Amino acid sequence: MAPSILEIDDLTMRFGGLTAIDRLSFKVERGEIHGLIGPNGAGKTTTFNVVSGFYKPTGGEVRLRGETISGLRMYEVARRGVVRTFQHSTLCAELTVLENVLIGTHMSFPPNIFAAMAGVDKANRRAARARAEEALDFFGLAGLADELAGDLPHGHQRALGMAVALAARPDVVLLDEPFTGMNPEETRRMMELMVKLRNTGVTILLVEHDMHAIMGLCDRITCMSFGRLLAEGNPQEIRHHPDVIEAYLGGARHVA
Amino acid sequence: MPKLAALLGFGAILLALPHALSFSQQEILVFLTINVLLVASYRLLTLTGEWSLGHVVIMGVGAYASALLSKRLGIYVPAAMLLGAVTAAMIALALSFPLFRMKGFYFLIGSFAAGEIIRLLWKRFRDPFGGPKGLKKIDPMPDFDIGIYAFDFFEPVSYYYFALAVVGVSLWVMWRIERSPVGLTFHAVHWQDRLAEASGVNVRAYRTLAFVLASGFAGLSGALLAHYIGTINPNSFDVEQMVFVLTWTIVGGTATFYGPILGCVVLTILNEIVLREAGFEQMRPLIYGLILILSVLFMPKGLESLVRGAFSWRNARKKKAGETGAAG
Repeated sequence: MAPSILEIDDLTMRFGGLTAIDRLSFKVERGEIHGLIGPNGAGKTTTFNVVSGFYKPTGGEVRLRGETISGLRMYEVARRGVVRTFQHSTLCAELTVLENVLIGTHMSFPPNIFAAMAGVDKANRRAARARAEEALDFFGLAGLADELAGDLPHGHQRALGMAVALAARPDVVLLDEPFTGMNPEETRRMMELMVKLRNTGVTILLVEHDMHAIMGLCDRITCMSFGRLLAEGNPQEIRHHPDVIEAYLGGARHVA
Repeated sequence: MPKLAALLGFGAILLALPHALSFSQQEILVFLTINVLLVASYRLLTLTGEWSLGHVVIMGVGAYASALLSKRLGIYVPAAMLLGAVTAAMIALALSFPLFRMKGFYFLIGSFAAGEIIRLLWKRFRDPFGGPKGLKKIDPMPDFDIGIYAFDFFEPVSYYYFALAVVGVSLWVMWRIERSPVGLTFHAVHWQDRLAEASGVNVRAYRTLAFVLASGFAGLSGALLAHYIGTINPNSFDVEQMVFVLTWTIVGGTATFYGPILGCVVLTILNEIVLREAGFEQMRPLIYGLILILSVLFMPKGLESLVRGAFSWRNARKKKAGETGAAG
């Protein structure tokens, strides 16, 4: 059997005395939307930061197509096909929407300073621009290309963050709370976009609090609590899993 | 086309300018031209968000290297200048290993320390750097004739033309870099290094690239200076000079390519010509300081914001005129 596209194997992350992730293992299969949920402080974002290379894990491994990527720098992880978005709108507010997406094309069309000075990189620039416009189109932002990213409304900024990631043509995207601060209408549109993205063959791993979105969107869900794996399964299984209910409602049995 | 015409007109003004000035003003003009290259290179460094306090020392590295190469090894002066720029870039590359372990204020202090170490080396090693007295009798540019104009480098006007050509080409190269995808990546590294890194940008490599390029151009400006004044010493590149570069950059503004250049030109004219002519010899630093404080208070976005404001005002007026014209 071919290895899963992304394997988190016995991952541990300690900050001093605090164990943020405690021997966590799960697998993400190719072409699925995989949700990572859990109460506040469960270690979801830390997991993201380890997978994307922002932190070096204390123990365990992250494997991409069987190859170990944990411990690599963030840009090296990105170059292997894992691109992340950020919890807050992490965009260059001072640059235009198109320029932001052009940053995402960096890996596919690496700039060359000598070619740039000599002016012989026109084809490269055109191709990068076409790729960027395609990504903007995908997220319905084409009409806003020349606006400053900082001037966009929140929902559009989140979509732009995903467009930047998409422009990199990743195999796996890590979406960190993409629905935060969105109204139900924006959430619904964003969900449609994610399904559309998945259907282009991109594997999605997302961290999210919005249960409605998670349940409606994910093929598989991993639930964490206090850094540990709590439960794994499809949305139906997770919804009715007693441990998950307890983690979210905080020992409901005793209250009742 | 009007853009080209404006550019040609500007070039003509720059060429005619020295003939309208006195001898001492011509000398100031040469220094100003060299300093324009220095601040423009400083802006290239600040594109990635790092502010250095060692930039003037790096300029000095170019000056010392070019002076020594021509003096000791008899290398043809223009070639020595280029090698001086390369030396400055190489020193910057070596410095980048310790310095780019730091960011922000720590980088600022680190760059200051690195610069002082270099200055101390110049002071301590009488051979080859000449100690505190520095280097004297640096070879001047050899005179040459390009048919339409005979360069006699005893004249500031000739050196001004030469410096203008070198600085012009350098600025053009920096402009092209900034407008290229490389420049966009510099901006990304500055504003959101995490986003850049998540997009596969080797942030450290781009910071180093900007630092090395900026240092190369700073070294070139130092070489231009050395072969003009003919004598350099460690104090020519001390922190006081660095403060001047900082104020030019801050007063001009760093959002645009021309901001720091504008700051350098306006403040130099103000300091060297207006205040000097007005007879404020003793009071000059005081008035200069006052102008600085006022400009930071009332123009926090720099002189460039005035230019931008003027342009958008003109465009708005044009648009309005067009609308009423169409209506009438």
